[in-house]
Amino acid sequence: MTVQHKMIEARPAPGNTVGPIAWLRINLFSGPVNTVFTLLGLYLLYVLLTPTIQWAFINADWVGTSRDDCSREGACWVFVNARLTQFIYGLYPRTELWRVNIVFATFAVLIAWLAIPRLPLKRWVALATLVAFPVFAFFLLYGGYFGLRVVETHRWGGLMLTLILAVVGMVAALPIGILLALGRRSQMPIVKSFCVVFIEFWRGVPLITILFMASVMLPLFLPTGVSVDRLVRALIGITLFQSAYMAEVIRGGLQAIPRGQEEAAAALGMGYWMRMGLIVLPQALKMMIPGIVNTFISLFKDTTLVMIIGLFDLLGIVQAALSDSRWLGFALEGYVFAAFMFWIFCFSMSRYSQYLERKLHTGHKR
Amino acid sequence: MSVRPKAHTLGPKPPFWRDRAKRALLFQVLLIAAVAAFLLYIIGNTQDNLAARGITTGFGFLDRTAGFGIGQSLIEYSSQSTYGRTFVVGLLNTLLVSALGVIAATIIGFIVGIARLSPNWLIARLASGYIEIFRNIPLLLQIFFWYFAVLRAMPAARDSYSLGEVIFLNVRGLYLPEPLFESGFGLIPLTFVVAIVASIALVIWNKRRHEATGKRLPAGWISLALILGLPMLVLVATGVPVTWDVPELRGFNFRGGITIIPEFLALWLALSIYTASFIAEIVRSGIQAIPHGQTEAAQALSLPQKLVLRLVVVPQALRVIIPPLTSQYLNLIKNSSLATAIGYPDLVSVFAGTTLNQTGQAIEVISMTMAVYLIISLLVSMFMNWFNARVALVER
Repeated sequence: MTVQHKMIEARPAPGNTVGPIAWLRINLFSGPVNTVFTLLGLYLLYVLLTPTIQWAFINADWVGTSRDDCSREGACWVFVNARLTQFIYGLYPRTELWRVNIVFATFAVLIAWLAIPRLPLKRWVALATLVAFPVFAFFLLYGGYFGLRVVETHRWGGLMLTLILAVVGMVAALPIGILLALGRRSQMPIVKSFCVVFIEFWRGVPLITILFMASVMLPLFLPTGVSVDRLVRALIGITLFQSAYMAEVIRGGLQAIPRGQEEAAAALGMGYWMRMGLIVLPQALKMMIPGIVNTFISLFKDTTLVMIIGLFDLLGIVQAALSDSRWLGFALEGYVFAAFMFWIFCFSMSRYSQYLERKLHTGHKR
Repeated sequence: MSVRPKAHTLGPKPPFWRDRAKRALLFQVLLIAAVAAFLLYIIGNTQDNLAARGITTGFGFLDRTAGFGIGQSLIEYSSQSTYGRTFVVGLLNTLLVSALGVIAATIIGFIVGIARLSPNWLIARLASGYIEIFRNIPLLLQIFFWYFAVLRAMPAARDSYSLGEVIFLNVRGLYLPEPLFESGFGLIPLTFVVAIVASIALVIWNKRRHEATGKRLPAGWISLALILGLPMLVLVATGVPVTWDVPELRGFNFRGGITIIPEFLALWLALSIYTASFIAEIVRSGIQAIPHGQTEAAQALSLPQKLVLRLVVVPQALRVIIPPLTSQYLNLIKNSSLATAIGYPDLVSVFAGTTLNQTGQAIEVISMTMAVYLIISLLVSMFMNWFNARVALVER
């Protein structure tokens, strides 16, 4: 009988349970059915990706000034390149673009401040974004004061208009949505039914009919001789539509706050607006942020509909550029570019909202 | 509520705005007054404006001749038809593309949603790639892509793509063979109905027997065989009384068969693919919402995997899935109004578009269009409430 006096050296795990081979075995080839699926998936990827990459990168033309610089074997990004300023700023005067850039930069800073959890003074920055920034942006973009040239709204377009529509629609819809949500939970029957009818009406009809209504019926509602800017009409339609959706998101958040919170506040002698403004809404709003971001994403995508009533948002201006006789036949490039821009915005926002949901939703992990 | 102390113990009576009931009453009266004043103002302005433009209100225009043709219609329609008929044609086209869109989106959505949960890494990645790409691109852009970049870029009729020389795809649309039914074909739908009734009876009987004796037949397979097999059998027995009208190239265009216009194809594809990405997420989260303990408990009872899914996971997941699913269906129906951007003759396009432009009856036309969508959403939410009440958890 032998006795081992030394510790046996730890042996490496068997080759088929660690490392890339094991990973492949477990995740891709764990059985005959899975192997077939993996091979099918690989084939699908090959069929879809090879021509796409060849078209978009390998055979594509990047530099040039006119369609003659394109070989037509792959994508002609020259078209997008030549039109880039227009796609982003619309028909905004070329000498005044710095104004748009300042607005873009301020907006980016404010949003980044709000999105990064570590930075302080969130409440003030949020207030600035919701109240001061829209006023500032309007005066800078429209001009007419401080010696700035007036730029009529029909020259606004492209990505800039898309962002304006989405942000203004959102900012204007937030207070209306809060009031509607509170009204829908009210004890007063008339207030409650008014809010329910208002919310369900705007939620029940497609945005396009609302935009049609805003563009053909709104002029009829106003006194004779008063005319409203086309952009403002679209904004009114979008705000009404968005406030109904926002109200439902906020109502969901309000429902998540235990009744005891409101009762405790009432016991301290607080009135209705104090209870709501200081106790219930601050707690509820925090929970609602993912929902609000999600409605913002759908609003951002829905702003493309304004091209049907004749405004040139990002998609509208791409569509208009496609019918330029000097650049016929580049529909695919134009759409891919527009899709890429929208995708970047929506995807990053949805990732942010998922991150927030994970942060707020702890303890239910499987 | 506590007992309210008598007023005289507190000194003078508080002013009326301290009384909650009176304040609520006042507030509501003010709201009604404000809304009424707003409506009166709008109606007054509208009447002035209409008078100034010489437009007469009323629905009389529905009986006038429309005078324009429509590219696709499910009922008899010509340019001699009335605006009322235009409305019906548009409504039917909306319902057609919505119904087909709902079916396709559900099928794609369930497949992608389940694939998203696959243990196979590649399949799960592919599914999540699909979801992330298509739900983050605006629907209108996707419709334009399919219409202008794909279908409008198809070859002319002479160089059509063809599938076995029976199905053709070119710039004018998709051409399918049309079945022509001869006499004696009426038997087949009849046997189909009989087979369905028989399978329902079989399923009920099988369930009763299962509960009473614990024995069960594979009722699903038997029903499938009945529903597919019986009509087939009759079809063969009656000597296949169907001929196919295959589309044929004559001159510059195809004749015969069924033509599906490219506008319909583009709208249908975009709606289905876009909505499917949302449905896939709903399906995934519905399945994940079932606590793992449920599956483990079912396995502990040594139920086979098939029954674990069918009797434990799926019924519970459906309870979570169906409410958001119906709201996606509603979104799809509302989104079908984007047809107007590519000229598919749906309700918004032919009625709120062409009819409005020709008659100028903005108020009537827009209200009718909105009313249609409102009625559809009302019906769907009634169904949802009924369904929620039916499947709601009965807790102790």
